[in-house]
Amino acid sequence: MTQAKQPIIQIRNVSKRFGKVTAVDNISLDILAGEFFVLLGPSGCGKTTLLRMIAGFEMPTEGQIIIDGQDMSLVPPNKRPVNMVFQSYAVFPHMNVTDNVGYGLRISGVSKGEIRDRVAEALELVKLGGFEDRMPDQMSGGQRQRVALARSLVMRPKVLLLDEPLSALDAKLRAQMQFELSDLQDKVGITFVTVTHDQDEALSMASRVAVINKGEVAQLAPPADLYEYPANRFVADFVGSVNIFEGKLTLDEPDKAAVDCPGLGKIYLNHGVTGPHGADVWVALRPEKIYLHVPGEGKAVRAAAQDAPDGHNLARGTIKGMSYLGDITLYEIQLEGGQMIRVSRPNLSRHDQEDFTWDDKVSMHWRADSPVVLLS
Amino acid sequence: MSGALQDWKSQKKPFAAVVSAPVFWLALFFVAPMAIVWLYSFGQNAGPADIEISGTLDNYKRATEWLYVSIFLKSFAVAALTTLLCLIIGFPVGMAITFAAPKWRPWLLLGIMLPFWTNLLIRTYALMALMGSNGYMNKGLGGLWEGASWLRTLVGMQPLEAWTPVQLLYNNFAVVLGLVYVHLPFMVLPLYSALDRLDKSLIEASLDLGAGHFKTFMQIVVPLAAPGIVAGVMITLIPALGAYLTPDLMGGTDSQMIANVIERQFKRANDWPFGAALSFLLIYAMFILIAFQSMRSNKVKAA
Repeated sequence: MTQAKQPIIQIRNVSKRFGKVTAVDNISLDILAGEFFVLLGPSGCGKTTLLRMIAGFEMPTEGQIIIDGQDMSLVPPNKRPVNMVFQSYAVFPHMNVTDNVGYGLRISGVSKGEIRDRVAEALELVKLGGFEDRMPDQMSGGQRQRVALARSLVMRPKVLLLDEPLSALDAKLRAQMQFELSDLQDKVGITFVTVTHDQDEALSMASRVAVINKGEVAQLAPPADLYEYPANRFVADFVGSVNIFEGKLTLDEPDKAAVDCPGLGKIYLNHGVTGPHGADVWVALRPEKIYLHVPGEGKAVRAAAQDAPDGHNLARGTIKGMSYLGDITLYEIQLEGGQMIRVSRPNLSRHDQEDFTWDDKVSMHWRADSPVVLLS
Repeated sequence: MSGALQDWKSQKKPFAAVVSAPVFWLALFFVAPMAIVWLYSFGQNAGPADIEISGTLDNYKRATEWLYVSIFLKSFAVAALTTLLCLIIGFPVGMAITFAAPKWRPWLLLGIMLPFWTNLLIRTYALMALMGSNGYMNKGLGGLWEGASWLRTLVGMQPLEAWTPVQLLYNNFAVVLGLVYVHLPFMVLPLYSALDRLDKSLIEASLDLGAGHFKTFMQIVVPLAAPGIVAGVMITLIPALGAYLTPDLMGGTDSQMIANVIERQFKRANDWPFGAALSFLLIYAMFILIAFQSMRSNKVKAA
């Protein structure tokens, strides 16, 4: 992916309050030209408000939004170099596909011949060739979304804003559109800014993700960093599934660290965490990074956990719940201390799911680079 | 789906039992009297209280005299102007209610509906009290006039002449104003319901694609509110066309509408056959309007 590194959108200390409710709380971030930027967060976190402020439908209570070097404070939506694909698609129901896609060009007085060419080109881009005369009510949701995409792309905006673009599609179509959107963005080279509450969408499409919580940026990072190096408990929990245990930092050196978690046991990490010694911290452990063993395989467990000192990165428990999901099986295990931990295990052979069942006693271990220590 | 309530075709007796009462009611109190009046229109007076239905077309012939044709045309013009003004005033009102905060909407709608629940006669007289030569509108205008006069004296100019009340009542202006006042709710409610159904993101999409507010209004809002506009126009135009009380009370000698002429035939002139003929011409005119509208909406559905 080629990326020019200049910011195309600069958000500077932007806040938005509706009466007493603060929807966006002093957010500053840069969106770079040509990137696929995703605003991810639970509903009501302020991500859509931020997107609507970029589009110009809401005005910031405080702060500044700069698009392509120009302050947008006094620029109305119809004069901004951005276009939006709405969650409801907002395809004009009284116009056919051609008129919908050509609407913006007609409004800005582009010549008829050019409109025809650019509309045809845009429809080709979103694979809607042959649908020119269809009315919106004769099309499926997925097709209407393509109309909305073409209608925005035909304007050749500097930035394309997408509000929950995949939320109304069924699961198969959503997976396909995730690829298509990434592809499209690569092809047209326009900066995409997408809002979503769906972490799969964010992880699969984004070049960078800003996780928004309660109007603030919880973390801004590429998808893999977000998942593997979450900055806090909110991000660890919101992006993917995670086990979180409270503990005390007992060792913290540049190349190793240890945490004592009453609920889980002694945790050893093969890198430092730069937190104050004795501090209250949280350890996050992803379900797929925990290995399950039958208790009799004690030696094997110890051998597997040899990257940590004896008695570290091990736990025992009883399986209290399991759900077979086809590719993986998810286990709910009660630890000896009483707390629950979730472990997922890939079904590498057709019979793997038969290895463990309810009320089985099991041992667990994880590698020294798997746990993440969170300070907040 | 085989429930007894689903298909009345297979349950003829219960259906007939339920439907016979309203059919009987309509036949006895609507179809029969209208049929009698329709027959009268082909008759002539045979005595002070006796009408002979002779099949004559004289009544209709008389209705084509310029005197009556001109009143028909004038009624159309007044009704059309009323409808147009209602549309011009009602559209922003409908938009305002649609875009108002949800907690305010029921109250604003109530404000539109409230005059509905007040007797038309009382409302008309109240409006007349306001518009009379000694009414509050004239008093207000007189106050402004005197204020302007006083301002002129301040800058050393001659004061204005004494205020002479404006004749607001008993003319065509008063009739149109009264009709607009009475019919505005009929226009606002269908407009509101059409605008309320309009997805607001369509308006935002239009703005987003570079259209200003006026272009968005003309290209998106008006076409999509068209069913509401047509419904509002019909529901305003038809009663305005047959308006009786407003021109009778607020109009002058030259502002009578067709309903006033019809009333005079039935009462003072005691010419029921001619009154009946004029009535049915008015009804036919309304039928034509309704036919046009349903043809248009069928065409929209087919497209």
